[in-house]
Amino acid sequence: MDAEVDSAPSATGKEFHIEMALLIDAIYRLYHYDFRGYAPASLRRRLKAAMVRFGCQSLSQLQDAVIHDPAMFPALLDFLTVQVSEMFRDPAYFRALRQRVVPLLRTYPSLKVWVAGCSAGEEAFSLAILLREEGLLANTLIYATDINPRSLQKAATGVYEVERIAGFTANHQRSGARSSLSDYYTAAYGRAVFDKSLKDHIVFSDHSLATDSVFAEVQLVSCRNVLIYFNRTLQDRALGLFGDALCHNGFLSIGSKESIRFSAHADQFTDFDRAEKIFQKRAAL
Amino acid sequence: MTASVSLGRQIDAVVIGASAGGVEALSVLLSAVPSGTKAAFFIVLHLPRDRPSMLAEIFARKCALPVREAEDKESVAPGTVYFAPSNYHLLVDQGPQLALSADELVHHSRPSIDVLFESAADVYGNRLLGVILTGANEDGAAGLAAVQEGGGITVVQQPETARSPQMILSALKLRPADKVLPLDGIAALFETLAPQGVPI
Repeated sequence: MDAEVDSAPSATGKEFHIEMALLIDAIYRLYHYDFRGYAPASLRRRLKAAMVRFGCQSLSQLQDAVIHDPAMFPALLDFLTVQVSEMFRDPAYFRALRQRVVPLLRTYPSLKVWVAGCSAGEEAFSLAILLREEGLLANTLIYATDINPRSLQKAATGVYEVERIAGFTANHQRSGARSSLSDYYTAAYGRAVFDKSLKDHIVFSDHSLATDSVFAEVQLVSCRNVLIYFNRTLQDRALGLFGDALCHNGFLSIGSKESIRFSAHADQFTDFDRAEKIFQKRAAL
Repeated sequence: MTASVSLGRQIDAVVIGASAGGVEALSVLLSAVPSGTKAAFFIVLHLPRDRPSMLAEIFARKCALPVREAEDKESVAPGTVYFAPSNYHLLVDQGPQLALSADELVHHSRPSIDVLFESAADVYGNRLLGVILTGANEDGAAGLAAVQEGGGITVVQQPETARSPQMILSALKLRPADKVLPLDGIAALFETLAPQGVPI
């Protein structure tokens, strides 16, 4: 029953890493999407799922397909960028935003908010609803950005499967809601369509934290559970962009298990709510 | 039964997966890990996703090694026990470094044992020990197979001694494990992870 002692390391792992680097380079050169700064472990898992989906025995086969069949790339991009989110994810975070950040946001005549890596729009709509409840949406513009055009298209429709609404509603209630989530959507044919009055305050657009620059000055950046998919170098680039985009004393929210402490830009920010990972940009020195 | 406890090679990391009944099983095992152990431990224990995990606090009192909740992009420190946080997958990345993910549930679970084990197998290869304990679902079976394919050593708790044997039986059905041991046998195995001749 003793383990067979076999000193040969896993060869398949090494080959996969080489193939992964080649595929990512090919995607960058051909389609100008830059995944070179993504954390390899998650990327590896997603690419393995893509291999199954596209019936490829190896990543080299997948690379061959994606180089010679441009029509396939959008589907692969879905695998590489899939973000699983929900409305009012981490209700305690939204409660902190409502109780501690909103009073300071009220002091601005108008607001700009940047949701970086918005995926299918759940976070952007959650913020729009929260700001509507707090009476701030009328003077707010939310920029919701992502690199995946198909995600942006889906997000812009504001349509979600009705099965997801119960979870969204429970989260919303726990966030200190001042209204009912059902005030903001119409349900029909298994779908919930969120109001145009929310969408009017959200601009969905294509933006890459890996290759693009800052496009506006904002008072709040929300980038939750996006940085975990980046390596430290790309995290650092993204945090630099957020620092540049934020006005002095502006707010940055990251995911509950994310950290800015490995970044050279960490000293641009102070802890505002340590538990809920809300930071404030330091005023000019 | 007296377990044959020689692993016959250097182990740099131990991955452990547990579900129903896992807190009790881990209490036995982590108490047995000697101080001076150089291997890092990565643990996924299934818990409700809507509240923070208290596991690091609970087990810090029971283990001679430092016990922490894993943080994203943290470098792996030898001789440290890392628990996956609630509602995130824990992965080991090159470095070795920790990485978290909010990707979809695997076997209705986040964190998932498969996700941890497969990533650790990729990084540690034959210097990895994978352990599946009590649990009432199928998470971990594919992960333990990945540990074995990477050249690592696989251990499961003896199913008759587990509060919930289903997870172990799923793993054994997919691939026979290198060792099938009761908890005290696995504890004895962990005791051999500390370097010999450590001054007391």
